[in-house]
Amino acid sequence: MIYREAGQFKTTYASDQAIFPIRQDRIIAAAAILAAFVVPTAFANDYWLQAVLIPLLIYALAALGLNLLTGYAGQLSLGTGGFMAVGAYSAFKLSTAFPWLSIVAVFLLSGVMAALVGVVFGIPSLRIKGFYLAVATLAAQFFLIWLFNKVAWFTNYASSGTITAPTREVLGVTVSGPTAAPGTRYVVALAFVALFALIAKNLVRGRVGRSWMAIRDRDIAAEIIGVRPLRTKLLAFAISSFYCGVAGAEFVFLYLGSAETLAFDINLSFLVLFMVIIGGLGSVLGSFLGAAFIVLVPIFLTNMPHAVGLNLPVAIQKQIELMVFGGLIIFFLIVEPHGLARLWQITKEKLRLWPFPH
Amino acid sequence: MKLRNVMVAALVLALAAGPLATAAFAQGGSIFVPLLVYRTGPYAPSGIPIANGFVDYFTLINERDGGINGVKLAWEECETQYDTKQGVECYERLKEKKPVLVNPYSTGITYALIDKAPGDKIVIFSMGYGMSAASDGRWFPYVFSAPTNYWTQASAVVRYIGAQEGGLEKLKGKKIAHIFHNSPYGKEANPTLEELSKKYGFELTQLAVDHPGQEQKSTWLQVRRLNPDWIFMSGWGVMNQVAVKEAAAIGFKMDHFIGNWWSASDADVVAAGDGAKGYKGATFHAPGTNFKVHAEIVKHVYDKNKGAGKKEEMGQPLYNRGIVNAMLAVEAIRTAMTKHGNKVLTGEQVRWGFENLNLSDAALDKLGMKGFTHAVKVTCEDHEGNGPVLIQQWDGKKWNVVSEWVQPMRDVVRPKIEAAAVEEGKKRNYTQRDCSKEK
Repeated sequence: MIYREAGQFKTTYASDQAIFPIRQDRIIAAAAILAAFVVPTAFANDYWLQAVLIPLLIYALAALGLNLLTGYAGQLSLGTGGFMAVGAYSAFKLSTAFPWLSIVAVFLLSGVMAALVGVVFGIPSLRIKGFYLAVATLAAQFFLIWLFNKVAWFTNYASSGTITAPTREVLGVTVSGPTAAPGTRYVVALAFVALFALIAKNLVRGRVGRSWMAIRDRDIAAEIIGVRPLRTKLLAFAISSFYCGVAGAEFVFLYLGSAETLAFDINLSFLVLFMVIIGGLGSVLGSFLGAAFIVLVPIFLTNMPHAVGLNLPVAIQKQIELMVFGGLIIFFLIVEPHGLARLWQITKEKLRLWPFPH
Repeated sequence: MKLRNVMVAALVLALAAGPLATAAFAQGGSIFVPLLVYRTGPYAPSGIPIANGFVDYFTLINERDGGINGVKLAWEECETQYDTKQGVECYERLKEKKPVLVNPYSTGITYALIDKAPGDKIVIFSMGYGMSAASDGRWFPYVFSAPTNYWTQASAVVRYIGAQEGGLEKLKGKKIAHIFHNSPYGKEANPTLEELSKKYGFELTQLAVDHPGQEQKSTWLQVRRLNPDWIFMSGWGVMNQVAVKEAAAIGFKMDHFIGNWWSASDADVVAAGDGAKGYKGATFHAPGTNFKVHAEIVKHVYDKNKGAGKKEEMGQPLYNRGIVNAMLAVEAIRTAMTKHGNKVLTGEQVRWGFENLNLSDAALDKLGMKGFTHAVKVTCEDHEGNGPVLIQQWDGKKWNVVSEWVQPMRDVVRPKIEAAAVEEGKKRNYTQRDCSKEK
């Protein structure tokens, strides 16, 4: 009844090709973005911003990047952590070497750096596919982490091998470093992820995205209809790594404040891959839902026993958390193999018929 | 279809209620100290005894004395799995409860929290770990590493090795290998060792072991090829057991293998069986349970069934370290009370307590810790105290202290700390405090 496009006539190509062709969708999307900017900055406390929302946005950006590569172009990658590390260490080197450089430019350049590295490690994808490619990207993960650990130049010869985000400002407001307010960091992270989500949405419904999907669905057929695998696959690696690189830079500058290579180990790659799979392969919205699931559910499981007054020993609680979380992942994948994004789609279809389903 | 409804409901609940569930309950009238522990994961063998020792001592203070000068202690554990991200989450969550100090128990988490401390006005008490440069209190007012830090320890161990060789000048040409956990923690001792190797002319080889350290075959192959005279190790968690086992397997002289104070507890040597006999470790307190404080803990904590662990596991080096950590925290709070009164204190007031902490031997005797640990004096400039180090040795059944208190080389370490503090402080836009104006 409320969610129905009857009466919305499209009289131009532009309106027919809009990202959200239905008016209700546009309203929901606009309201959601507005709320995301306004509500947390006004009401959320430090814990919410610093420990929940900022990592959520950063993970969402990384998941978005991996989703472009794995979900749309069909190239399985386990190198996300490594590419994020490239972004983080580039951002650190750039911002310390050129203190006058705007932090926004630093983030973008770090993304470019990660994209270049991504292209190099994407070259094997021309010859190998599927699980074999996953193994090849795994090599990227281990090599990059090893490199940052081994070569002290990347950390400016810090004895501990830790990189620390310097204090930097955008338009006179401190956004990184110890004195940056969590609210500011949140807004910056949100602005980045909103912008890049919009770009991703446009990419995947245009020529680039269609050629990615053609490669994913059947590469030989794609080649026959004129999609060039070399260019398409490497472009997917480049753009995906760009996203991951920006996310990695934000990971250190906006979230942790200081980090060592351990923060970017293989577990991070798996985590982001799980976000993509649970959220929904080949869906922009799915990246956000998957990130939300992976970030929020463990926090919920940790805090739940306390909230109901159950004081379990922390070790038991952690183990329960891991078991329940693992169980939930399996449960969700069995019930909805297409991920959480599919749930939203079903909800929309149901809404159109509501309140008179046949 | 029903399953799907269950799923949607669960999802909405989790997304909405997850962080909401953290609503802090009131901590009426007690001093709150959060404990970042790791009782699960690859570092649990090291994490469990520390946490138990800490909690047992706090329980003792509450049970026997009714708190510190009548103000009860409250604490809450938070599981970090030695992971920086989870540690930050814990810190942000527990921050709501107005803690006076936090024990990160991980160098990585310490680094992440150091930047937050001045803003939140919470003391970071990284006892014998964390960032060595932060021992200069003029640059890092909220970070304390008393009674000692990694650089001090490394210099004391080199002095001990020198003494075993018959004098520091005999170190010339000797080969010393440093096997370290490839993380901020493990790398921390490297600059000091490098400087000492230049000063005394020993040949230093740095060998990194990657997290978590279960796989060390290549490292020990290098050790065999190198055939060092001494090995110093900065290991942690499961890495220690593996290293001790590997050393035994290649037939290295175990009494020439010295672990730092995070690499020398029962869990590290038991797995290697007889092969571990003779393995040494640095420490800043004695192992074992032959001290009055242990009897008190048995009487007031374990006999009342309030113990955190098993009674038989008391006296392990890491358990005792937990006691020392808790004791220093308690004494700092007690010191702060002499100025600010016997009430619930703020982090800022406790910071003053730490800066004026002066534990004499007589005070230690009163706490039932005579001979257990060394006297320590913290000042505004020196947040570390430059404490001496003991060497302990594993005899196959228990740890025994085999050295006198080994003095660190303050003349080498302190200038390094001050230089590093300037560098680290500048990175963070800090300004140097004038300690003569502090009261």
